[in-house]
Amino acid sequence: MTQKPTLDVKDLRTYFFTKGGVAKAVDGITFSIAPGKVLGLVGESGSGKTVTGFSILGLVDQPGRVVGGEILYRGEDLNKVSAERMRELRGVNISMIFQDPMMTLNPVLRIDTQMIEAIRAHEKVSKEIARQRARDALGQVGIASPDERLRAYPHQFSGGMRQRVAIAIALLNKPDLIVADEPTTALDVTIQGQILYEVQKLCSQTGTALIWITHDLSVVAGLADQICVMYAGKIVESGEVNAVLDNPMHPYTHGLITSVPSKNKRGAPLSQIPGMAPSLLNLPKGCAFAPRCKWSNSNCQEQPDMRLAPENRRLLCHNPIEYNNDNFSQETS
Amino acid sequence: MSVFIIRRLLQSGVVVIIMSFIVFSGVFLIGDPVEILVSDDADQEEREEMIKSMGLDKPFLVQYGIFVSKALKGNLGESFVFNEPALLLILDRMPATMELAVVSLMIAIIFGIPLGVWAGLKPESWASKSIMTGSILGFSLPTFWVGIMMILFFAVMLGWLPSTGRGDVQVILGMPISIFSWDGFSHVLMPAVNLALFKLSMVIRLARAGTREVLHQDYIKFAKAKGLQESRIILVHVMKNILIPVVTVLGLEFGGLVAFSVVTETVFAWPGMGKLLIDSIGLLDRPIIVAYLMIIVFLFVFINLVVDILYSILDPRVRLQDVKS
Repeated sequence: MTQKPTLDVKDLRTYFFTKGGVAKAVDGITFSIAPGKVLGLVGESGSGKTVTGFSILGLVDQPGRVVGGEILYRGEDLNKVSAERMRELRGVNISMIFQDPMMTLNPVLRIDTQMIEAIRAHEKVSKEIARQRARDALGQVGIASPDERLRAYPHQFSGGMRQRVAIAIALLNKPDLIVADEPTTALDVTIQGQILYEVQKLCSQTGTALIWITHDLSVVAGLADQICVMYAGKIVESGEVNAVLDNPMHPYTHGLITSVPSKNKRGAPLSQIPGMAPSLLNLPKGCAFAPRCKWSNSNCQEQPDMRLAPENRRLLCHNPIEYNNDNFSQETS
Repeated sequence: MSVFIIRRLLQSGVVVIIMSFIVFSGVFLIGDPVEILVSDDADQEEREEMIKSMGLDKPFLVQYGIFVSKALKGNLGESFVFNEPALLLILDRMPATMELAVVSLMIAIIFGIPLGVWAGLKPESWASKSIMTGSILGFSLPTFWVGIMMILFFAVMLGWLPSTGRGDVQVILGMPISIFSWDGFSHVLMPAVNLALFKLSMVIRLARAGTREVLHQDYIKFAKAKGLQESRIILVHVMKNILIPVVTVLGLEFGGLVAFSVVTETVFAWPGMGKLLIDSIGLLDRPIIVAYLMIIVFLFVFINLVVDILYSILDPRVRLQDVKS
């Protein structure tokens, strides 16, 4: 990990100022991602994964706002750049794939319109050249007879095809960083497999860094290099994907892994994490996971600090599941 | 698509036939034209002759039969008052009404869509709030009162615009049009604005509601994520989506604009079909009333068809086809 990171997020905070109070959707998260690497961002619904993605692209809608921290893209703080600079970066340097392929393409515009505009918003090229590149991009994601498909409307595609088109659009300008927000959740398993394979191939070929947001641990296990587990707006555990999944130290990560159906014995009831994710408007005092945690004790009434664990892992817990507890050290910063 | 159009035309034929019967019998109920048309000092014989010449001596159904058989040949009867074919009289007045309606529609679109989109983009700004308040006024103030106030203000007090008539008329493509000369334009401006006010308010509200809805769609966020210019997002991605309801409603309302320009035409003495209708109702000139209503029926049927076709152009998801085929 001597390579300079493509994206370095430090203590990012994105809050939503609602009538019911301030919802800390993202509350001080830190991670970084190197070129060509895949970072899996995992968590339950409402844990702040998607808001993290939108924060990176500067797309947080009212009443939300990035209130603190740094998002360093190649050393440039995206929180401080002008709106116009941010627009230039979006789609060229950083692009995003959304969760629901049925909703991401404008229903009344043809595919070619939506692809060509993405190229011509950033480069002065003729329509013919842009169309050429759009066609190549469609071919790249495995869409047959791309020439014909360019002239079609989104409703003439299936969900899987639309997601391929969305991925093709995200890849059009050869970005350094792609934020993929649960791009395969709405698809069936076979399509999901194909898309995962293609995205992985493309990223390793082009050196694109990929942030893969999902709640599916099996997807992360096969795809990611690094993993960040989010709970209630915080990253509770992060590290190399195999290390974290094989030896989870945070009780929440542990709970997630034991909830995966394949890990359970046939016929036995599925194990689950008791309780439900807390409302962001009404977080428990101290560790947000404590009320659901079977290892919690009186220490958990206070907010834990980020601690370093072996193998470059980070952890937000007072009572980690101990494998070799002696090596823990308190992070100083 | 052609199957769709043929089927629609057949359905339209049924609508026209049913409407003709309703219209014809409806007009029968509103009074006896003889009382108005025959002079008081006519004797019984003259009176009988008059009734006979107008065909009013025959039973109702026979009169309707005669009307239909003539109508199929393109003759909607002769005016009792002018002794001219009713159809010609109306068609003669039609360009004036059409011009008024088209200019009103243009005003409603050209001002309504930008104002509505603006109000949708910045719902909290005071400008948007005043636009919306204004549109409530446009909805609720009665047309005739606004017309009279406009005359009072712009024609009487300020003397900027003429209050009645059509002004200079130029013949373009065989139709008299007044909008292309300053004098004609100054005549058409006030009645057109008066007539447009209601539609304008409606377009503003539709465009605002559409914009508010479309802005929160994923595809707008995706368009932003592609790094598109704000202007392109609004003018292409938002606009094309909100045009669908606007076109539908405006298309249907255009028929209403033509049919019910009666009030505006009366206030501004605009020589169109609406004014002719009001005069004819006053004189119980049945053939003109019937012919007018039949023309309006045709107009609505035709506009509905055009709207369906336009709709399919704007929204690719709509394909014109028969449910059964």
